Amino acid sequence: MTTTMHREVTSGAPHPAALPRLLRGLRPEGGAVGLGEHLERWGALDLRWVRHHLQPELEDSGLRGHGGAAFPVAAKWRSVAAAGRRPTVILNGAEGEPASAKDALLLARTPHLVLDGAAAAAAALGAGRGVAYVPRHLSDALLAAVGARQRHGLDPVPVEVLEAPPGFISGQESAAVNGVQGRPAVPSFIEIRPIRERGVDGRPTLVHNAETLAHVALVARYGARWFRALGTERNPGTTLLTVSGRPGGPVVQEAAFGTPLREVLGLGPDATRSYQGALLGGYGGTWVTIDTLLGLDLSEDSARSSSATLGAGIVVLLGHDACPLAEVARVVRYMEGESAGQCGPCVHGLAALDEVLQGLAFARQSRANVEAIGELCALVEGRGACRHPDGVARFVTSACAVFASEVAAHLRSGPCRRVGAPSELPFRGRVLRRQGGVAARPR
Amino acid sequence: MRRALKMVVDPVSCAGEGLCAELFPERITLDPWGYPIVSDEPLTPQLMEHARRAVDMCPHLAIHVMDAPVRVPTPTRRGGDGPGPEPTRAEARIVAQLRGGGPRR
Ligand SMILES: Cc1cc2nc3c(=O)[nH]c(=O)nc-3n(C[C@H](O)[C@H](O)[C@H](O)COP(=O)(O)O)c2cc1C
Ligand code: SF4
Ligand code: SF4
Repeated sequence: MTTTMHREVTSGAPHPAALPRLLRGLRPEGGAVGLGEHLERWGALDLRWVRHHLQPELEDSGLRGHGGAAFPVAAKWRSVAAAGRRPTVILNGAEGEPASAKDALLLARTPHLVLDGAAAAAAALGAGRGVAYVPRHLSDALLAAVGARQRHGLDPVPVEVLEAPPGFISGQESAAVNGVQGRPAVPSFIEIRPIRERGVDGRPTLVHNAETLAHVALVARYGARWFRALGTERNPGTTLLTVSGRPGGPVVQEAAFGTPLREVLGLGPDATRSYQGALLGGYGGTWVTIDTLLGLDLSEDSARSSSATLGAGIVVLLGHDACPLAEVARVVRYMEGESAGQCGPCVHGLAALDEVLQGLAFARQSRANVEAIGELCALVEGRGACRHPDGVARFVTSACAVFASEVAAHLRSGPCRRVGAPSELPFRGRVLRRQGGVAARPR
Repeated sequence: MRRALKMVVDPVSCAGEGLCAELFPERITLDPWGYPIVSDEPLTPQLMEHARRAVDMCPHLAIHVMDAPVRVPTPTRRGGDGPGPEPTRAEARIVAQLRGGGPRR
């Protein structure tokens, strides 16, 4: 542990154990929290303190990234700082994953909390440039928020708002860096030169998910001790989750890491009667049985102990009316179409997987070569410039394990009547339904 | 984690004609679509001649050799799980050559 001048919790701080944190004060419906209301609710950031003390404080906080990989934030900052030149900070709000709605929710409803995180990162690392990389439907409002901050001198560097094109991969780290430079927003092969050392215009670049930056804004205000009052030793704090598949439609909720998932999701022991399986971590994530789900707690460590991942905080519960293999085949087709088409193994491997899964799910007399599935998954893993194909492999492999009896049934007697049911898993463009709680905002 | 010399193919640049598998069969095989699969095993000094041939002859300059952590557990001299030996000077020189210039940065 580093010794630091610990931030003493100020009198205006919310109770450290109170939930929610990021979503505090947000009503189920309503507009964005404006700058005035934001400052009233959270107070202003002390940028002078941030400059000198935030980095060690983050180290102590144990905060990990919320963009999918749960990478320790402090370690990323260390390598950016070590690169020795003025870095660029990118707020990644692309949220290409169709089953996720949390970044859009934060940016639409509490944009200044996310922008505070970007400002804190820029101040602490002496950034020369700050960029908010967000989808078009959020960019006008964010631009207005940035303008209001500028008039009050809240940002150490002016934040540019740049548009993230739609699509699954445009938010991948190197794709974002390319997008910010006005190039096509597709991934680059970066194994030799990490973004942290050479990103935008060859400068060290810090890319963080929007939610990660919102948590940074809290650590910058209330310190590591406050931050650690919720969550576990290795997964401190809280996380947003986008939960879909329950009656009423998708919801974004916040919970402390370490909470039993059954409690977070409001599932009883009879949940298997309502759901036949659950998808954790989205379309690059893993299927688990409901029994497995009920035994997990909300943390990346717990998910990984069952070979799963929470990804960017996504849970999809699949009801019994759906044909799981049809759902899986539709997602694989979508993911195949979302490939940037740059890497041979990704292009050919995902096309081959798509063919097998379409046959398995929809063909009357399924002669699908299911043995090929495992081989194809192994062939695409780790062989693209980005982890897109790895995600598809994880998704398909876990689906075959969780829905093994459906696979056998399709091979034996073709698809059942459920195969014609409308897709339960969301795709972009499809309107997500809303419900009480803090509703997932459709895009 | 142990560091060693590792060969990587940039899949964006690679066009999959498979020349490298002929030039460096000790570590490169081809997948069903003709794209190279590079073995995870670290490169040894004896293999450097062939490795270098593959790097130089790839028509798309897609092959790189880098000094990287390796997953393959290799016993260190101390037998513990310390950082492991640095590449030897001979190895470092070869990498510098393979990179077609002085050491990185
Ligand atoms: C195919 C693919 C798509 C991704 N899309 C996003 C995205 O839309 N938004 C995001 O924040 N991270 C996305 N990521 C993760 C980023 O590469 C990166 O790890 C993340 O933005 C880092 O933020 P964090 O350190 O705050 O977690 C994606 C990764 C992959 C492999
Ligand atoms: S692995 Fe696939 S999605 Fe990723 S860069 Fe290569 S072609 Fe594009
Ligand atoms: S020689 Fe180069 S382009 Fe050809 S398959 Fe090998 S790596 Fe790819």
